[in-house]
Amino acid sequence: MTEQTPLVELRNINVAFGGVHAVENVSIDLYAGEVLALVGGNGAGKSTLIKTLSGAHRADAGEIRVDGRPVTIATPRDAKALGVETTYQTLALADNIDAPGNIFLGRELTTRFGNLDDSAMEDTTRKLMGRLNPKFQNFKVPVASLSGGQRQSVAIARAVHFNARILIMDEPTAALGPAETAQVKELIRQLKQEGLGIILISHDIHDVFDLADRISVMLTGKLVGTVKKTDVTIDEVLAMIIIGKLPGEVTKSELAELHG
Amino acid sequence: MGVEAPPTETERPEERPPGRSLGALVKATEFDTRMLGMLAALAVVWVLFHILSGGTFLTPRNLWNLSVQTTVVAIMATGMVLVIVSRNIDLSVGSMLGLIGMTMAVVQVEILPDIIGLDHPATWVIALAVGITLGALLGGLQGFIVAYVGVPSFIVTLGGLLVWRGVAWSLSSGRTIAPMDSTYQLLGGGSRGSIGELGSWILGILACAGIAALLVNGRRQRQRFKFRLRPLWADITLGVIGCALVLGAIRVLNSYYLPPQVARQVAEERGIAFPEGGLNIPLGIAYPVLIAIGVTLVMTFIANQRRFGRYVFSIGGNPEAAELGGINTRRTVVKTFMLMGMLVAISAAVSTARLNAAVSGLGTLSELYVIAAAVIGGTSLAGGVGTIPGAVLGALVMQSLQSGMVLLRVDAPLQDIVVGLVLVAAVTFDTIYRRRAAR
Repeated sequence: MTEQTPLVELRNINVAFGGVHAVENVSIDLYAGEVLALVGGNGAGKSTLIKTLSGAHRADAGEIRVDGRPVTIATPRDAKALGVETTYQTLALADNIDAPGNIFLGRELTTRFGNLDDSAMEDTTRKLMGRLNPKFQNFKVPVASLSGGQRQSVAIARAVHFNARILIMDEPTAALGPAETAQVKELIRQLKQEGLGIILISHDIHDVFDLADRISVMLTGKLVGTVKKTDVTIDEVLAMIIIGKLPGEVTKSELAELHG
Repeated sequence: MGVEAPPTETERPEERPPGRSLGALVKATEFDTRMLGMLAALAVVWVLFHILSGGTFLTPRNLWNLSVQTTVVAIMATGMVLVIVSRNIDLSVGSMLGLIGMTMAVVQVEILPDIIGLDHPATWVIALAVGITLGALLGGLQGFIVAYVGVPSFIVTLGGLLVWRGVAWSLSSGRTIAPMDSTYQLLGGGSRGSIGELGSWILGILACAGIAALLVNGRRQRQRFKFRLRPLWADITLGVIGCALVLGAIRVLNSYYLPPQVARQVAEERGIAFPEGGLNIPLGIAYPVLIAIGVTLVMTFIANQRRFGRYVFSIGGNPEAAELGGINTRRTVVKTFMLMGMLVAISAAVSTARLNAAVSGLGTLSELYVIAAAVIGGTSLAGGVGTIPGAVLGALVMQSLQSGMVLLRVDAPLQDIVVGLVLVAAVTFDTIYRRRAAR
């Protein structure tokens, strides 16, 4: 990666719930055309950290920069205006509404009289799905009746349609079968090719090694470190996740214990 | 990001050549099967009452009355759908109807005559405007407490049920306020409150033109994006059935004539010689029915074609998703309650105009009928699901049961038992239907 301005910088982010520090002094950055994996155990603070970027939760302290400029992100709308889109682990789909309705939720296309232009939204959705998931055909049924993979592709379509430059994906493959997982991975590679910066949150270390360029590890609200994928082994990353030690610090016996 | 060519619009095999059976028609027209089921149920109820009552149910007179009696609940039910869809409930509509009705009565009977004179042509407009404004305020207040303070709507509107009834009572000290302004009375129907034969036919023809325009526009929209078109025969059949229903209904309403004495008066006013054998002056569509139809159309439009409606449904489907989509969910909820209040005001106008008085018990228990109409009409109390026409049909089903039982001289307690059972049975069937459909 050449030296360039990062797409996003999170600097010294702090989030506390009551007296509990969910995120403590964490700094990460993300470049265009890069997949940054954010990993860590349950309660490590990954989701809370990215929520400060997606506008779902405000940071108590810290700075967010987009294209090197400091920005304020108070609501999901602010984040979207900056080109930050998110697919949530829960997908955040309105189950009673069809795919076009979900993709355009909050950003509906309207006719010149301000009425919903359902045909235009369906048309755009068809084109979008032709690119993301050509097998997708159920444009008029509530998304509740779709399969997990189809629902995931609706969520991803919603994120990428509005010229996203920064895509946050929270556990995009957690609820999917092998074929659907492969499809989503292919999609992530494709979006990376197109120059998006992607923050990938995942529990699956193999997915992470498959997709990521760099890996940031969190443990109990703190950043353990950020490493290049090519510089580390899976075991070393596991050691970061579980005992919070960087590759240089970890001993052979500790590594062996991980497998014990 | 380059967008590749759209996928070819492939016909899925199960949708291919439809035979001309009823099932194929339903499928090809994409008509809601639940709605068809309700229409069938309504038809069964009507025919059953007609037979049991010895042929008095399906008469122009009874159907005309039925149309007018349904309006008060139907108008409010359209608003209740949106309230319930957004995962809320409004238990206060009956008491609010009482309070707003009383206020509009006081305005036109005790306040306006001193200012602009008795029976001034503007009286009804002012009274109605006061009522609708009050409805928006009361509804908005309840909605604000629900959305911004976070008190459950069940509690807020349960409080409203008690408070508004109490306020209505103290406003009138329990008196009956009457009579209403003569123009205002027309809002309630009655022997003069109809648009007449010619007016009804003109409206019917306009409605048919509207149906045709909707179908043509639908085809044009699909052509615009090269979507697969519905078969032409399906569209034509749909249009013909729609127009036949509209014109048939108008024919029925036009076959109910003014009572002889009123007919004589009207003939004198119009300078028509009153023949020996009597004069048949058709009533046609009553004003309150016209209002209810208008409200249904506008509310359906709001629910399906406007952002607000889409937001209400998305909140009902997944509040978190709506929030993350950047929707101002709180403001949307307040708006649903305001809209509900305004519709209550319209219903209050119809019911006080029809009674030609405001009594202190006005609207008692009507919250239950309104909620029942919405639920029978397919609105799910879990939120996210419901249709406006369904709720109106639900109101019609309930009113049909009630007026049918009155025709059969069923005792009042038994009437309640039947309506209660039908409510539970309808929702039971619906639950089973949905479970099957979900598989």
